[in-house]
Amino acid sequence: MLALQGDVAEHAAALLSVGAHPVEVRVPDDLAGLDALVLPGGESTTMSRLLESSGLFDAVGERLAEGMPAFGTCAGMILLAADVMDGRADQRSFGAIDVVVRRNGYGRQVDSFEQALPVEGLVGGPLDAVFIRAPVVERVGPGVEVLAEVDGSPVLCRQGPVLVAAFHPELSGDLRLHQLFVGEC
Amino acid sequence: MASSPARTGTERVKRGLAEMLRGGVIMDVVTAEQAKIAEDAGAVSVMALERVPADIRRDGGVARMSDPAMIQDIKAAVTIPVMAKSRIGHFAEAQVLQALGVDYVDESEVLTPADEAHHIDKWAFTVPFVCGATNLGEALRRVSEGAAMIRSKGEAGTGDVKEAVRHLRSIVGDMRKITQADSAEVYAWAKQLQAPVGLVAEIAQTGRLPVPMFCAGGIATPADAALVMQLGAEAVFVGSGIFKSSEPARMAVAIVEATTHFSDPAMVAKVSTGLGRAMDGIPVDDLEVKLAERGW
Repeated sequence: MLALQGDVAEHAAALLSVGAHPVEVRVPDDLAGLDALVLPGGESTTMSRLLESSGLFDAVGERLAEGMPAFGTCAGMILLAADVMDGRADQRSFGAIDVVVRRNGYGRQVDSFEQALPVEGLVGGPLDAVFIRAPVVERVGPGVEVLAEVDGSPVLCRQGPVLVAAFHPELSGDLRLHQLFVGEC
Repeated sequence: MASSPARTGTERVKRGLAEMLRGGVIMDVVTAEQAKIAEDAGAVSVMALERVPADIRRDGGVARMSDPAMIQDIKAAVTIPVMAKSRIGHFAEAQVLQALGVDYVDESEVLTPADEAHHIDKWAFTVPFVCGATNLGEALRRVSEGAAMIRSKGEAGTGDVKEAVRHLRSIVGDMRKITQADSAEVYAWAKQLQAPVGLVAEIAQTGRLPVPMFCAGGIATPADAALVMQLGAEAVFVGSGIFKSSEPARMAVAIVEATTHFSDPAMVAKVSTGLGRAMDGIPVDDLEVKLAERGW
């Protein structure tokens, strides 16, 4: 768990429930021995700054380049994206998945929403998906699989070992995406 | 793909934004320029207001909601969420703030209360609310009115962290005791706290508030932030502490770092080094008016 800021506790609880052993990562040494990384929701500009100041940006970037599985939700998706629109000029992302995202693309908090979301290949019916000042996926590269959409925009994407969601499966108590991710690690 | 209807303003959506701010610092700003300094420093959100609490305290008079023009300027200047304050009970100010598209409304004791018996019915709004509390009963009354985030009040505008510590310890300590209560004692706790029994029963199960609990009021240094985080706060509001210090940009960065690395004293030491002067404080015991006593 990247634990610089955000809803770390909700992800950790979900991961525990599906049999994983979450460990909090705040400095590069914390990465030793980890099999996979979850990047939580939060403020991507804040996390981006703290990734730089802690020295984690390069350390995580190396592990991702080596193929470490990663799951990012909302701000976590922004950090894993290839490019970020409407971000800060100095905001960096890992480019671990070939998607371009626009920050706060669904508007401000009064526009935040939840809705039942059908997911490709997921048994047990639609997910209850919670979108909080969520990013919009503006473009996906050819190697990216789109697993769910809202109004024609991808909101759940996968490329190799990297899974990203514009919404917050960790807030709904529905563990299926965490199960899917941990099952593939 | 046929999509089901999107629901806005739900309890989960309102509390969700508070969850996203966890481990972060929310900074009071009075201009677009200050808002940018806050965002540059890594603030997770800014509180837009006309005067920081230290100045409200100094100036006296009636403190009200800020001019919409300055709130709009600040919204335009940053990409992070923007909060703004309404007076306690002043639901028309809150309606204006919702219409302006602010991301959170703080029904705040820092402004002059508009109603001496009632807080705002916060369930009636799409925008989420944060409210202050000095103890667990007050926190649960605010949650029952629809607050999606609680901040311990502390004593705003003083730079003295003592009241923040007292309020946090009171809330967290009572929650710890309630987890040991049997089912009959839960009712007695509800009576003592003057809080809904359903919420008290929930704490007996979970040991925590149903909404995120942040800390505010008197935080002026990185070590203050580390202190309240170790006492159980999930994020930190800093009002006068940043822009009343001698080097706001550096103080802002340092408090952000200390809030993330609160359990690592070497890191807090490193970020506390050479920051210049913290805000000139007022010891809480010297105050004539205690803002934390506003609210019911």
